[in-house]
Amino acid sequence: MQKLLLFVDKVSTWVGQAFSWFIVALTLHVSWEVFSRYVLDHPRAWAFDAMIMMYGTLFMMAGAYTLAKNGHVRGDVIYGFFSPRAQAVLDLTLYIVFFIPGIVALVWAGYTYASESWAINEHSNITSEGPPVYPFKTVIPLAGAFVLVQGIVEIIRCVICIKQGEWPSREADVQEVDVEKLKEMVHVKDEDIENLDKFVVQQERHK
Amino acid sequence: MKLRKELWFGFSLMAAIIIPVVVLMPWSHLTNGHLGLMMLALICVGIMLGFPTAFTLMGMGVFFAWLAYRSVDPATADRRVLDLFVQRTYGVMSNDVLIAIPLFLFMGYLVERAQLIDKLFRSLHLAAARVPGALAVATIITCAIFATATGIVGAVVTLMGLLAFPAMLKAGYNVKVAAGAVTAGGCLGILIPPSVLLIVYGAVAGVSVVQLYAGAFLPGFMLAALYVGYIILLAWWKPHLMPPLAASERRVELPPFAQTLAQQGSNALTGLWRALGTSRGVAKRTVLAQLFVTLVPALFIAALLGTAYRVTTAPEVEASTAGLIEAGGLVAAPEQEREASTGLIGAQEPEEKESQVKEPPAEGTKTGEGAKEPGAAPAVGEKSAETAAAASEQARLPVPLWFWIVFGVAIGALAVIYRLWNWERLEVFKMLLSSFFPLALMILAVLGSIVFGLATPSEAAAVGGFGGFLLAAVYRFIAYWREGESAGKDTGKAVWSTVKELGVIVKESSFLTAKTSAMVCWLFVGSGIFSAAFALLGGQEVIEKWVLSLDMTPVQFMILAQFIIFILGWPLEWTEIIIIFMPIFLPLLPHFHIDPLFFGLLVALNLQTAFLSPPVAMAAFYLKGVSPPHVTLNAIFAGMMPFMGIQVIALVLLYVFPQIGLWLPQLVYGR
Repeated sequence: MQKLLLFVDKVSTWVGQAFSWFIVALTLHVSWEVFSRYVLDHPRAWAFDAMIMMYGTLFMMAGAYTLAKNGHVRGDVIYGFFSPRAQAVLDLTLYIVFFIPGIVALVWAGYTYASESWAINEHSNITSEGPPVYPFKTVIPLAGAFVLVQGIVEIIRCVICIKQGEWPSREADVQEVDVEKLKEMVHVKDEDIENLDKFVVQQERHK
Repeated sequence: MKLRKELWFGFSLMAAIIIPVVVLMPWSHLTNGHLGLMMLALICVGIMLGFPTAFTLMGMGVFFAWLAYRSVDPATADRRVLDLFVQRTYGVMSNDVLIAIPLFLFMGYLVERAQLIDKLFRSLHLAAARVPGALAVATIITCAIFATATGIVGAVVTLMGLLAFPAMLKAGYNVKVAAGAVTAGGCLGILIPPSVLLIVYGAVAGVSVVQLYAGAFLPGFMLAALYVGYIILLAWWKPHLMPPLAASERRVELPPFAQTLAQQGSNALTGLWRALGTSRGVAKRTVLAQLFVTLVPALFIAALLGTAYRVTTAPEVEASTAGLIEAGGLVAAPEQEREASTGLIGAQEPEEKESQVKEPPAEGTKTGEGAKEPGAAPAVGEKSAETAAAASEQARLPVPLWFWIVFGVAIGALAVIYRLWNWERLEVFKMLLSSFFPLALMILAVLGSIVFGLATPSEAAAVGGFGGFLLAAVYRFIAYWREGESAGKDTGKAVWSTVKELGVIVKESSFLTAKTSAMVCWLFVGSGIFSAAFALLGGQEVIEKWVLSLDMTPVQFMILAQFIIFILGWPLEWTEIIIIFMPIFLPLLPHFHIDPLFFGLLVALNLQTAFLSPPVAMAAFYLKGVSPPHVTLNAIFAGMMPFMGIQVIALVLLYVFPQIGLWLPQLVYGR
């Protein structure tokens, strides 16, 4: 079971990371556009559409990846104080009450939305002869489906946690605040921090 | 039993929300408006339960929107809910304001990984060595610059906790003061643009992000300045809290050539000048290079004055930006603001249309009467149009008096600088030149191009991201190159190691960007359907009616709103507060004649306070994570308190003198 869960995690992560390269493309694209507009005096009509599409695709497709890494923001008032089992019961209930209806609605609605766009061969109307929009709209059901699959995995995780009393493991990923890495970056070792303690103790004694 | 206490607190908070709703609901005749209020109460509880907020919003929004449609027409309810949901989602995906979020995040992550913070802190610490509380002052300034560029509170506090905190403890600084400086400084990035918070607020409130940035600029720096002022005063008043730096900490290593030259005189400028004529065991090339570095401030000021001279005395046509700004002030500006924010390409036309009220500042002081009495501008317009036309024919306008005053001050400042310019200062300046100025310049370029309308925020963010990449590349390359040089390796190796590391940096930064922007933007997707449902049910009207029935004055309303936001800041993240709760406040603002731009500045300042307020101050926990075991959380909290007080003072100052925030937007966009 754990293998299957980790496999789905991996798929979500891989998809999210693959699409996260869009930020590099987006940065280069916009930088080039600014350069070509001001310096070369040669703006490109489709630049704005491309910009929007890259951004939209980037964050939608990263939704499942973020879920797999437990990165969606939670209001942490009491959640952190629960035992893992209580957390799992709570999460399981709310996944079924809120998550499943919400995401199913998203996939379903997105599917009809995108299929209509395909049917009329929709093109962007921001500029004349804009690029096609239907692939971009297809991102909605696609991203929703990935999030749904990842959500089902999370539900199974909750069940496992209820049975075992502790959360099944996840694979590590880059952290926003990775203390170990930051320590390495500024060349601080744990002993250095330990050594500092004498200054603090000294100060306390003076009082 | 500590565990239980927190749980009790949480549960009683939830009960405090649920019970009044259950009791007060008129269950026998529920209207849609009541359902809306119930939805709001439920979402508060739902968020507190700790389920990912984006999905809570989605599920609840879909359900309540369905209820709302069903009450109108049960047959089409399903269809319409789905349509609404997908359209809201698509709206977030194609939002041209939110697009700046991933770009700024990317820039921040790149700068964070460029590894320049220790250099930055070291050079600022030496530069501030003579100021009372030097290390704490350097900490705040480092934070202000670095936090502005990265905008990631956790990383900045952790890094400063590893760098500045030990340095301060070793220098005998009081633990509380040191902790306060690190945590307060680390949170500055939330307010000082380019901050992601302001983009999110702009997207929610429909306020131009450009104006928000222009507005937040001064309050942000005012806050930083207040922090620095407080530290200096405290250090001067109670020196035992922040003893002056030991001589060994202040000493600057002089390179060999400077040591030779320093024997002949302490002033670096004259020393270098003399060395240029007679070689005294120092290579000419070194002397020339040092002389150039020494002259950088002079060249910079000369360039600045030169540009000012050109702009102020330029003939009419070239002064188009200045004219446009002035015109914007007289003619109500909404259209102009668009022009300004999309770049000056489109500005040619309105400039011609409104040329009769246009007065370049230079002329205003000398000849034009129109600028002095803007109210009468349309009447005087004819006349000043003539003078303007006449002015454009002469090659250069007369130089205004203020230019000569500024000129004199600048020359005086230069004289003072070069009088004090000894060898140590030259070294410190070189260090600043390699750490502080590139970053500051990058931020100013990004902000400047946004505020003066050369680029949209997203464009500036992209260019900033590219700049961050270059910065990381240069700093890493120099580090590897130095390393390789001392180990006797060639440059090719250094290039290769740099490229390899840059690959890792870019990869990690883009993954983090993807995750964080997914977090923020999925929240927008969820709140899209949620707020739509809230509006459909008419919950907004109920709240509006209720608030208006309280008959509050604008001041009371403002205080109440800020207080609620402050309280919300304890359990919730700022993303949730702005995305979910701001839409409830915003429609009320026009009733009280409050400018949403001004309100946004207050909110940004306020939410920063939330990061510092116990018991859930994130900054304190990040610092605790990297501090020695005897530094307690309580000590950190106690250290943060005075800084929180300063934030409240700043909030009051901004409220009493709105010009602090509105002056720059008014000046540039003529709001």
